[in-house]
Amino acid sequence: MEGRRFNLDGIMTGLSFVLLLVIVVIPIFMIVYHAFFYQGKFSLELIIDQLTRETTMASMWNTIKIGALVTLFGTIMGVFYAWLLGRSNIPGKKLMRSLFTIPYMFPPFLGAMAWDLLLNGRSGYLNRWLMQTFSLSSAPLNINTIWGIVFVEISYYFPFVFMQVVSALERMDPTLEESARIAGARQGKVIWKITLPLVTPAISAGALLILISSLAHFGVPAILGFSQGIFTLPTRIYSVIARSGGSFDGIRQAAALSILLVAVVSLALWVQKKVLSSGGYDIIKGKSMRPTLINLRGARVPLFVVALSTLVVIVVVPLGMIFLVGLVRAYGLPLIPANFTLANYQRIFTTSGTIASIKNSLFLSISAGIISMLLGTLIAYVVQKIKPKGTGALEILSVLPYSIPGTVLAIGVILAWSGSLRVNLYNTLWIILIAYIARYLSFSMKTSSAALLQVHPSLEEAARTCGASHTESLKDITLPLIRPAMVSGFFLIFLPAMREVTTSVLLYGPYTRTLGVQIYSLRDAGMMPQASALGSVAIVLIIIINAIVNTLNKDRRGV
Amino acid sequence: MAYVRFENISFSYGDNQVLKNFSLSLKKNEIMCLVGPSGCGKTTLVRCLLGLTRPDQGEIYVGDTCMFSSKRRINVPAERRGIGIVFQDYAVWPHLTVRENIAYPLRKRRVRKEEIARKVQSVLKQVSMSEYINHLPSQLSGGQQQRVAIARALLSSDNLIVLDEPITNLDAKLRDQMLNEIRDIQRNVGTTIFYITHDQRAALHLGDQLAIMDTEGELIQIGTDEDIILRPKNRFIFEFIGVTNFLPLKFADSMYKLDLGSKMVPWPEEIPSAVAGGKPLDMGIRPNDITFDDASPIRATVRRSVFLGSEYDYFVQAGDKELRVQQSTLDATLVGVAKEGSEVGLRFLNPRYYAATSRGV
Repeated sequence: MEGRRFNLDGIMTGLSFVLLLVIVVIPIFMIVYHAFFYQGKFSLELIIDQLTRETTMASMWNTIKIGALVTLFGTIMGVFYAWLLGRSNIPGKKLMRSLFTIPYMFPPFLGAMAWDLLLNGRSGYLNRWLMQTFSLSSAPLNINTIWGIVFVEISYYFPFVFMQVVSALERMDPTLEESARIAGARQGKVIWKITLPLVTPAISAGALLILISSLAHFGVPAILGFSQGIFTLPTRIYSVIARSGGSFDGIRQAAALSILLVAVVSLALWVQKKVLSSGGYDIIKGKSMRPTLINLRGARVPLFVVALSTLVVIVVVPLGMIFLVGLVRAYGLPLIPANFTLANYQRIFTTSGTIASIKNSLFLSISAGIISMLLGTLIAYVVQKIKPKGTGALEILSVLPYSIPGTVLAIGVILAWSGSLRVNLYNTLWIILIAYIARYLSFSMKTSSAALLQVHPSLEEAARTCGASHTESLKDITLPLIRPAMVSGFFLIFLPAMREVTTSVLLYGPYTRTLGVQIYSLRDAGMMPQASALGSVAIVLIIIINAIVNTLNKDRRGV
Repeated sequence: MAYVRFENISFSYGDNQVLKNFSLSLKKNEIMCLVGPSGCGKTTLVRCLLGLTRPDQGEIYVGDTCMFSSKRRINVPAERRGIGIVFQDYAVWPHLTVRENIAYPLRKRRVRKEEIARKVQSVLKQVSMSEYINHLPSQLSGGQQQRVAIARALLSSDNLIVLDEPITNLDAKLRDQMLNEIRDIQRNVGTTIFYITHDQRAALHLGDQLAIMDTEGELIQIGTDEDIILRPKNRFIFEFIGVTNFLPLKFADSMYKLDLGSKMVPWPEEIPSAVAGGKPLDMGIRPNDITFDDASPIRATVRRSVFLGSEYDYFVQAGDKELRVQQSTLDATLVGVAKEGSEVGLRFLNPRYYAATSRGV
């Protein structure tokens, strides 16, 4: 009888290792192998060749520059608004707080599309209007620059810091600030000396997310940069693959570039760790407190206007632009009701490719969501409860893909699963599914881990002593307790997978376009109104799903 | 007859030997309290009994059943041992109602529905929780959650219930109340209770038998409360079981003298020949074994006096040593209360002598 417990645990442990090997280790190994080995021999030729190309160096420099600028300004913006909406008496706080998280669920490449429609150097709506009105000879604003890319990325990535800091401010013990006031510190000094240092861990966690996301980001630089020849490493990798038409040489070059991108990301992580290394503070409590609000006095109305206009610029303008262009008869016509038509929607819903792309995306995100949720929970259970030899390795392997750029992951998946290991999934949905699972596994692994930490071992042990076998105690006690976390883990994967473009754009085949890829290709083919119409559909889908998730969450809180 | 037997149980975490050849027996229908300082291996022993941890060596019997034997390769899995347990954190399942929590062990034993309903009702009555049957644990206080845990343990076993530090998380008043209730339940149901604690007061309050472990995980003494208090087997138990004063005795000029730091005073009491031999000794005494006697040559100053209702608690200074003295209120009214700052003589009743330790006193 003793063997049974051992067996179940042993099976779960073995399964975790095997699955991670297939999903994570093999693709990464393949990239490293193909970047450093040619025809079975070690060779640095490929890497050196890439390093000496001017184009590579330029895109590397662009990647670093954009990543640093987005992180810097995104963090400042996130902290400022977190404080303003979390700690001041600005009006309409609650509503504004939820509005400020909208960019988080909004696909950045749609934002880039919207800004391109408005501020494209040649044909942007706003640019043309400005040129007409002030009779200018050239466009006054140009979004197709490094700064344009930085601007759009900031507006979608600052919520990382914003949300982290808002929640840290909420959980902070208000007596810490009050004691400082009582000890005689002025308001400004309290913010600078007490509040800010206490939320530093939250700030650096958010900044880290921005940095990784921005360095690995594909959509915005692809949409805004290609026309001007501005490349970052992820877009350079894409163009190398696209130009080579799937030849093996192109994929090898992409593997070498991937190694460089991973090196840049690792370097950035290391620098960030050096710069922001700060001791953990336990002073932030788990439960919500009611902190004292700071009276803005005269600055209340001006700051409210600033916050409101920020919202208009980052949420209303791009959303409105996508919806309006989706209605217009032809790209470039003035956005007036006379030019509006529903023909674009009719066309996208009658094109088999578009319908297929929506179906593909639904299938991929639901399956990736379910599989990653189960797999992530399995690994979390092994790591948290069974703790076999090699737990550390298991944990690292499961969160590793998160810090590996999606582009790199896609290259690894191509190298691993398009025939070289006797399995050819190229041009099928399965290869995209594997990439999604690898990409999003850490999301569900993290939520399930956190939930399992809350499940004290004595709960399962109590069930054992009540006569439940190991399997029964899992089924009766542990699983029901972490079910809510598993459900939110599913949606954490489902939502980003639904709008994914970075890996799909490298992996799609003629019949396996995803929603993101379809929007991207419609736009690439110059069909702006149709791309916008499909973009609007995607946005509406995302909003509906989010609403469902929120109601589900509310119901659960009632229990 | 012994109902539960641990025989030569050994267990180690890596290099850390927690239990070494540990043996202990519990009689049927008694409350056995296992007392020991934190980290002495009590909980490990419980986990071995429950089948949650596998000992390296030894045998465990409950009744006539061998639950574990390293020699005979027996290890009954936890779910088949039929032992009720109340964990320190109660381990009441938060997603199940009180009814579902309590019925769980019966459901696992495939008891009929009507039977389950009847038993749940009756056990809830016993722990006076009948009106909470449909509550979720989050709606209950700590004490109530604990009653649920006790009720669940009562239904998982008719014969043996283990309570592992169950009252540490409760406030002092509730703690006393729970101890009385556990006692009552045991009287009514007649089950054997194995009570694990580091709190010697709770153990004295509850146990028919006390077993005391030291920091190394060794069993030092088994006995009733009187045995333990009046006849402590060694210095560890003497110190562990209550408040103690220690004063060093030094042998000088062919007699033992009390070393008060700044001065040496001849020791007036007789020292048993077994320990007297010229070596330095530590004299141990409980606060209520020290009385004030103006005739005594051992002089001290009262630094602080605290009235606690049933007794007075004094901190007195003799030389540069501070001692605690307790005087019952009855005595205080008879001989008078010692004022703070006044000088008193000290008489020592029932002192104990131990070889001086290197760490001093």
